[in-house]
This record gives sequence, structure tokens and C-alpha cells, in this order.
Amino acid sequence: MASLDRVKVLVLGDSGVGKSSLVHLLCQNQVLGNPSWTVGCSVDVRVHDYKEGTPEEKTYYIELWDVGGSVGSASSVKSTRAVFYNSVNGIILVHDLTNKKSSQNLYRWSLEALNRDLVPTGVLVTNGDYDREQFADNQIPLLVIGTKLDQIHETKRHEVLTRTAFLAEDFNAEEINLDCTNPRYLAAGSSNAVKLSRFFDKVIEKRYFLREGNQIPGLPDRKRFGGGTLKSLHYD
Amino acid sequence: MSFLIDSSIMITSQILFFGFGWLFFMRQLFKDYEVRQYVVQVIFSVTFGFSCTMFELIIFEILGVLNSSSRYFHWKMNLCVILLILVFMVPFYIGYFVVSNIQLLHKQRLVFSCLLWLTFMYFFWKLGDPFPILSPKHGILSIEQLISRVGVIGVTLMALLSGFGAVNCPYTYMSYFLRNVTDTDILALERRLLQTMDMIISKKKRMAMARRTMFQKGEVHNKPSGFWGMIKSVTTSAPGSENLTLIQQEVDALEELSRQLFLETADLYATKERIEYSKTFKGKYFNFLGYFFSIYCVWKIFMATINIVFDRVGKTDPVTRGIEITVNYLGIQFDVKFWSQHISFILVGIIIVTSIRGLLITLTKFFYAISSSKSSNVIVLLLAQIMGMYFVSSVLLIRMSMPLEYRTIITEVLGELQFNFYHRWFDVIFLVSALSSILFLYLAHKQAPEKHMAP
Repeated sequence: MASLDRVKVLVLGDSGVGKSSLVHLLCQNQVLGNPSWTVGCSVDVRVHDYKEGTPEEKTYYIELWDVGGSVGSASSVKSTRAVFYNSVNGIILVHDLTNKKSSQNLYRWSLEALNRDLVPTGVLVTNGDYDREQFADNQIPLLVIGTKLDQIHETKRHEVLTRTAFLAEDFNAEEINLDCTNPRYLAAGSSNAVKLSRFFDKVIEKRYFLREGNQIPGLPDRKRFGGGTLKSLHYD
Repeated sequence: MSFLIDSSIMITSQILFFGFGWLFFMRQLFKDYEVRQYVVQVIFSVTFGFSCTMFELIIFEILGVLNSSSRYFHWKMNLCVILLILVFMVPFYIGYFVVSNIQLLHKQRLVFSCLLWLTFMYFFWKLGDPFPILSPKHGILSIEQLISRVGVIGVTLMALLSGFGAVNCPYTYMSYFLRNVTDTDILALERRLLQTMDMIISKKKRMAMARRTMFQKGEVHNKPSGFWGMIKSVTTSAPGSENLTLIQQEVDALEELSRQLFLETADLYATKERIEYSKTFKGKYFNFLGYFFSIYCVWKIFMATINIVFDRVGKTDPVTRGIEITVNYLGIQFDVKFWSQHISFILVGIIIVTSIRGLLITLTKFFYAISSSKSSNVIVLLLAQIMGMYFVSSVLLIRMSMPLEYRTIITEVLGELQFNFYHRWFDVIFLVSALSSILFLYLAHKQAPEKHMAP
């Protein structure tokens, strides 16, 4: 049964934003009853149908690695966490809609995770400042998820959602806002579920179907020859 | 007229301290969280401000700055405000925030927090009974009653922290205690960690696939409900679900193992960093300091034991004793009054600054270690409470380090407290804390090398 192909997706964010609840909801379609501190890393697996509904449908395992801790941890903890960032195919950034600091910390989280993979190209980041150029040539798909939507009062919702839209744009990523204690936000057919599915499809594509260094984002009509051989480039 | 000038000086300095406490709160303590309840920040800064003002008054006492009657007035006022905060405001707000976190009691927050406060007051009062703190001729709500109890709690805290600090400081500074950690150790442990994660993943894959096939076949795995459901589940249980529970148990065990490995790896990284640090110049300096502090620590433990065994309480402060020794034994003549004033000012100043700095650093470390976004308010208020009590009892104990002529103001303001009792109590708790820290560190040190020597 473990003969299906797999992709690895990191779930990053500050303590207490709801990563464990989110991962539980995504993998087991149930609400997590007793959330507790995540020490180290907890993994869960989601079975995903790539290109569902088309003749090219194929099932994959998506491993969701929920790494615990805070962005200001001691450097020994950061070095230990770095072992989980190897060969990552996608990153989900989770922030708490009621806590602005957790959104700001997402920049530092993404730098921490991406630095690990940028080492072969020799890009060294000396400080934790955000630099849009680093994200421009980033090949790993990102998704931004905001939690605790139910705790935002109706009147403030517009302001909060505009802020998060800017955030997602900075990362060149899609965004989903939900409440992890309510499965209806990810009900089949809702726009959130579609975005999620699209994100996972993108991750699988980048991993298995596109050759390294040859991706052009936004190309509408791609021909695939199964298993990552030559691609024909054409613009519409 | 001079009273007005003095008061304005005092008030300016209070505002300065308040501002410093505010900045400290924002930049250090709460730098990863969002301040939603400004009450908490205000209370913390106010406690810090008034505590520092007390120390400032001691310094003014020694230096003879400001009019003595205005000093006395400000002492009294300061003390009243601090006691008001420590006994009434902070406990009430702690109760309020604790109750706010609990969903069930959300509606009647105020009622429950008042109840909590009354319970606190009851235990706080009962605290004074077993101690021979003061003579029973004082009224119920006088300053002496409150200060005596606050003093007991504060002195216990001080002694606990001092005891642990005195032992921990040489242990962390000296490189003699550092375990030898090589890169291969770390790599081996990381490999084990990743292997464990892989095992967890493969089991979870099986579980996810099993759930999916069950779902597709139409057997929804839900808990049997009702009487008949229970009976049915005894005889016919879906084979898939049995498998799942078994695998889930294995996964739980593996997850526990992965947590342990993660913590051990983090520990090894930390030790490796400390080894590298100890090779630098700063590291060598701290190593040398560590030897010095270990001698100091041993001496303090020895003195505490002597004090308890021989029931001795120092009558003279170190400054006067030092001057006596130099005058009598070494035959050096100098103006005792002039020098005693300046030396005691420096000594008391150093004690105050190091105790404030040490406390703030400890509080920050503590806060980072245990707080989360839900409990941050409660924890900060608890820290403010501890800080206030700590500073009040520092004032009590600092009296011993000052020459007789400067002790009068403290004795006057704080009333007829049994100061000797507090020193004895400090010695006892210090001894207990230091000895148990030694035991604890010894056990932790012994246990650690065995853990990652195993294959």
C-alpha cells in the first residue's frame, strides 16, 4: 500500500496558531479534540487524487510535516529543526488572524525553511529581513492559511482580509482563511477546497512532472510525456 | 517649598522608571505576542516603577539627598501604593484573566474573579499565623501586617532563586562540566530521528489508505452509539477498525520516541555550541569567573550553616566591619564617617542593580519557556506579582548591609518587624535550595552521558 508516490509538505507557523488542528482536519477530516503542545515534529498523511475527475487521475501520498516551536527559539533548537527541512516539495504557512505578530513572523519562518534548500545555489542570508527577490526565484509552492476566522468580529473582517491578501501576494501564494474547529470551511466543492486541491496538484507537478530549472509559471497549455522528460515551450 | 521640589523630583524619577518598565515589557517580554489588554502592560510598568522608586529612596537616604521629612513622606506613600497593588490589584486581575480563559465561566467573569480574590486573601492571611512575625497588638489592616506577609513570601522567593543561582552559575560557567560532543554523535542521533519519522509515516500511510478504502466501501468508522450499538460492537467489529487501533498505538509509541530524540538532539547542539563558546576569549573569561563563583558559593553555604547552627545574626554590616578591620588591624587611619557613607552607597548600589538585572533576566527566560498566546497575560501578571514581592523583601534584607545610621528610615517606615526572623528564614531556605540544586544538577549530569552512549 505504500507503493504510491509521495510528496513532502511543511506546515510552519508560530506556536498556538492551530497547525496541529489544521493538519488533523486535512488528513482525517475530523476536528482535533484535544490540541496540545507539539514538541519536535508531528507528521500526518493525506491521500490526494491528483487531477481528480480527469483521465490522468493518480493517487499520491502527501506528507504534512507539522514542525513545532517559535521563530525566536534558541539556535540549538533551530539547528535541530533544520533536519526536517530537507527535500521539501511545498510549504504551508499558517498564521493566526487574531494575532498580527504571527503574520509578520511568517517571513522569518519561510526564510528559515527556504535557506536550507537555497544552500546549493549559494544564497546566504545574513539577517532575517524580508527581501522580495528571494521569493521571486523560489521554486517551492507556498500556501498561506489564516486560522481562527470565527474569532474575528464581522465589522473587522474586511480590514483583516485585506491585510492577509497583501501578505499572500508578498509570498506569491494563494491564501485560505478558515476555522480549524469547523469542517465546513473545507467541504468538498467550496472555494477553499478547490484552492487546496490546486495547491497540492501544483506541488505534485513540480515534483514529478516538470524538469528542474525548466519551469515557466503560468504556461497555459502544457504537454506532458509522463515522468518528466522534455517539455515543449510555447506561449499563447 | 522644598517639599514641592522634592516631590517633583520624585515624580519625575517615577515616570522615568515607569517608562523603562513599559519599554522592557514591549521590547523584551512581549516581543512575540500582541498586546491586546493594555491593563496588563500598565500594571507591570507601575509595579516596576514603584519598586525602583523604593530603591531610589534608599540611595537618597545614604547620600542625604532631599529633605528628610519629605523622604519619609514619600517612603510611606510608596509603600502604601505598592502594597495596594500587590495585595489588591494584581491578584484580582490574575483571577480575572484566569477566569476569562475558561469558556464556561465567561458570562459571570467578575463574580468568579472576586471569589478567587477572596480565596487568595484568606490564604494570604493564614500565611502569617505559623510565623513569629510580629506582636499581636497591631490592627487588622495595618501596614505592618501586610508587609510582614509579603515579606515572608518575597524572602522565600529570594532565597530559592539565590540558592539555585549560586549553584547553577558555576555549573554553567565552568567548562569542566561540559560533556564531550562530536559531530558524529549529532549525525547519528539525527539519523535515528529521521528513521523514526519514516516509520511513523509508513504506518500513517497504511492508516490513511485503510480509512479511505473503508470510506469508499461505505463502512463509516463511527463510535457505536446507544445501547444496541454497544451490544453489536461486542460481537461484530469491523476488521479494519481493529487494525487501525493497533497501528495507532504503535504510532503513539513511535511519536513519543521521536519527541525524545528531538529533545536530545537539541540538547547536543546546545552543548556543542557551549563547547565552541568556551574556546573563545569570552568563554575563557567566564570559565575563570566560574571558579571564583564556585568558591563564593561554597563560602555562602558554609556561612548559612554556621548562622543557623550557632543561632547567630550579624549585628554589624559588612561596611563597618571592613572599616573596623582596616583601622584596627592594618593601622590605616581615615575618616570613618565619610568613607562609610560612600562605600555603603556603592555596595548597596551594586546589590540593587545586580538584583534588578538578575531578576529581569530570570523572569524573561521563564516567560519565554512557559508562556503561550493564551496564558501570556496571566503569566506576565504573575511575574509582576513576584517582582513586586521580591523588591519589597529586598528592601527588608538590604537593611542588614547598611550602617546603623541609615537603617533608621527603614525601621521607622516598616514598623516593628522582627528583622532577625527574616534573615534566619532566608538562611534556612537558601541552604535548602542550594543543597537540593546540587543534588538535582548532580543527578541530571550523571544521567545525561548514558543516554546517547547507547547504540
